[in-house]
Amino acid sequence: MTLIDLANPTRFLALTARVLPWLAGATVILLAVGLYQSALAPDDYQQGATVKIMFIHVPNAWLSMFVWGVMSIASLGTLVWRHPLADVAAKAAAPIGAAFTFLALLTGSLWGRPMWGTYWEWDARLTSVLILFLMYLGLMALWRAVDDPSRAARAAAVLTLVGAINLPIIKFSVDWWNTLHQPASVMRMGGSTLDKSFLIPLLVMAIAFTLLFATLHIAAMRNEILRRRVRSLQMMQASRVAFSSESSAGSRAENASNEAGAA
Amino acid sequence: MQLAGRGVVCVRGGREVFSGLDFEATSGEAVAVVGRNGSGKTSLLRLIAGLLIPAGGTIALDGGDAELTLPEQCHYLGHRDALKPALSVAENLSFWADFLGGERLDAAESLATVGLDHAADLPAAFLSAGQRRRLSLARLLTVRRPVWLLDEPTNALDVAGQDMVGGLMREHLARGGLIIAATHAPLGIDSRQLRIGGAV
Amino acid sequence: MTALSALVRRDIRIALRVGGGALIGVLFFLTVVVLMPFAVGPDLALLSRLGPAILWLGALLASLLTLDRLFMADHDDGSLDLITMSRTPLELACAAKALAHWLAAGLPLIVATPVLGLLLNLDMVATGAVALTLLAGTPALTFTGMIGAALAVTLHRGGLLMAVLVLPLSIPVLIFGVAASQAAIVGPMTFGAPFSILCALSLVSLVIGPFAAAASLRHGLD
Repeated sequence: MTLIDLANPTRFLALTARVLPWLAGATVILLAVGLYQSALAPDDYQQGATVKIMFIHVPNAWLSMFVWGVMSIASLGTLVWRHPLADVAAKAAAPIGAAFTFLALLTGSLWGRPMWGTYWEWDARLTSVLILFLMYLGLMALWRAVDDPSRAARAAAVLTLVGAINLPIIKFSVDWWNTLHQPASVMRMGGSTLDKSFLIPLLVMAIAFTLLFATLHIAAMRNEILRRRVRSLQMMQASRVAFSSESSAGSRAENASNEAGAA
Repeated sequence: MQLAGRGVVCVRGGREVFSGLDFEATSGEAVAVVGRNGSGKTSLLRLIAGLLIPAGGTIALDGGDAELTLPEQCHYLGHRDALKPALSVAENLSFWADFLGGERLDAAESLATVGLDHAADLPAAFLSAGQRRRLSLARLLTVRRPVWLLDEPTNALDVAGQDMVGGLMREHLARGGLIIAATHAPLGIDSRQLRIGGAV
Repeated sequence: MTALSALVRRDIRIALRVGGGALIGVLFFLTVVVLMPFAVGPDLALLSRLGPAILWLGALLASLLTLDRLFMADHDDGSLDLITMSRTPLELACAAKALAHWLAAGLPLIVATPVLGLLLNLDMVATGAVALTLLAGTPALTFTGMIGAALAVTLHRGGLLMAVLVLPLSIPVLIFGVAASQAAIVGPMTFGAPFSILCALSLVSLVIGPFAAAASLRHGLD
């Protein structure tokens, strides 16, 4: 199976119909295992039980960036390789990415609450994620603003790629801006210093969330393909029946005028 | 019912388009306004519709509803079709029916008459230029107005559509309405010609 | 009455559908508010002091910029001709359009305010005060902004020119909106006095706006 096979929407629908239940099943199992392990993980000596938010927060933060990566590749697919399903993939990924980013923000602010005393701190990491969230919303607004999906696709692809180049620059600027104003960030969770009892559940959760994204993404792509089919069927209906009713409408008006004339 | 204009002067952008124009139309009569491009055919319709203010002269409707002004008794079918692409065909039509008010007919029936009943639930964005024209015509059927002001009514329509417009106009005249139509093409019904701006 | 409610329902429907743009106003509001700390620094004490002003400025810009096409879209597709000719007085039709715009674009701004208040470190009282003053003040912004939107149709250009025309008119609303919010948060003034003036400004604009807009549209006919 290659990308070429997937280029045909009908084949894509048939194939994913078989894959999707397995993927969903694997997601549920891994999520259950991950959550169980997270519950068993010991409390942090400084942060107490709140550290467990990390098991949700980190996978969401990871996916918030990963999804933009997926959309960037799909955008290349739209602009360079003209892969017919690329813009479907890009469009379907945006709301899911926005949702993961939102969850990363939400869990981040809940996590920060006991430490900062406020729900929101202009912490460098959270702020970067907030900007990423805004860019997701902007992208979704762009998809919504244009009625014709193929026209919206190119604009969205350009914006996605520009975003992919700009995101590191934004991240760097925000870090610099943040250190300018406050010397040390409260949240410092270097991956390498993590204890193994944290690391394994975190990895399981990260994989589980990635599978969750794959499941949701494929399901959303299927919806988008079907939505576009409905759209083209509607357009065909608008034009096709018009031709066949052209003559009948004309004669109906003719009859009506004859009756009126007789009256 | 008689629509009459006396000594109407139209000035647009500092240029006098026409002046001293007299015209009249009575119930059951159609007037075809003809003239070369820029002679003021559209302007005349917009003057009657109250969308332009005459620089001189009067336009009045005798024998209409005394409570209503002339524009309120007119249907104006302009170049622009007053449709929202985001709304469905039926929503577009029922909005105008609700908003314009007065005596109204079944919207579904007028959609069928103009040949759009199959598209009622589709977004208006999917319609072709001719179909958009048909939908505008459905507005004229759904809401009753005695005076029809039609600007190139057969524009964008195919032959069957032009016949349909002819039928609709005859029906309207038979009901005692009157029609002022600006047109280049023959109107397809018996009509009095009103030539403005000299020879074609 | 049917005519007016039909107009309100149509405009809200269009605003919420594909190609509409009611929610883009909220996104703009969010973006403006997020930009502020980058300019003034992430000091939470400073942000909470500036909070009401930032929220008010953001809401002001968001509600005026989305007004741009209030009449322009209807003008471009010929709907405005039919609205002008109809049996509904043009003033009432203008008011209905402004109401629809406020419901579709103004109300979401107020709903978004608590979330943005969180970003600016506003406490419950402060957020409530800002949301309440926005609720009382944004109708004034919409109904005065509508005059600019009508002028934009007359002059065949919108965008920045409209903003330049309308922004000075919204200064009183900004003054009393922010004053009332600040009064509720730090005092020493009472909340009631500036808030009543804010409500009065909204009520006055409810009357003046539709008449001025309708007059401008009538004179701009062509």
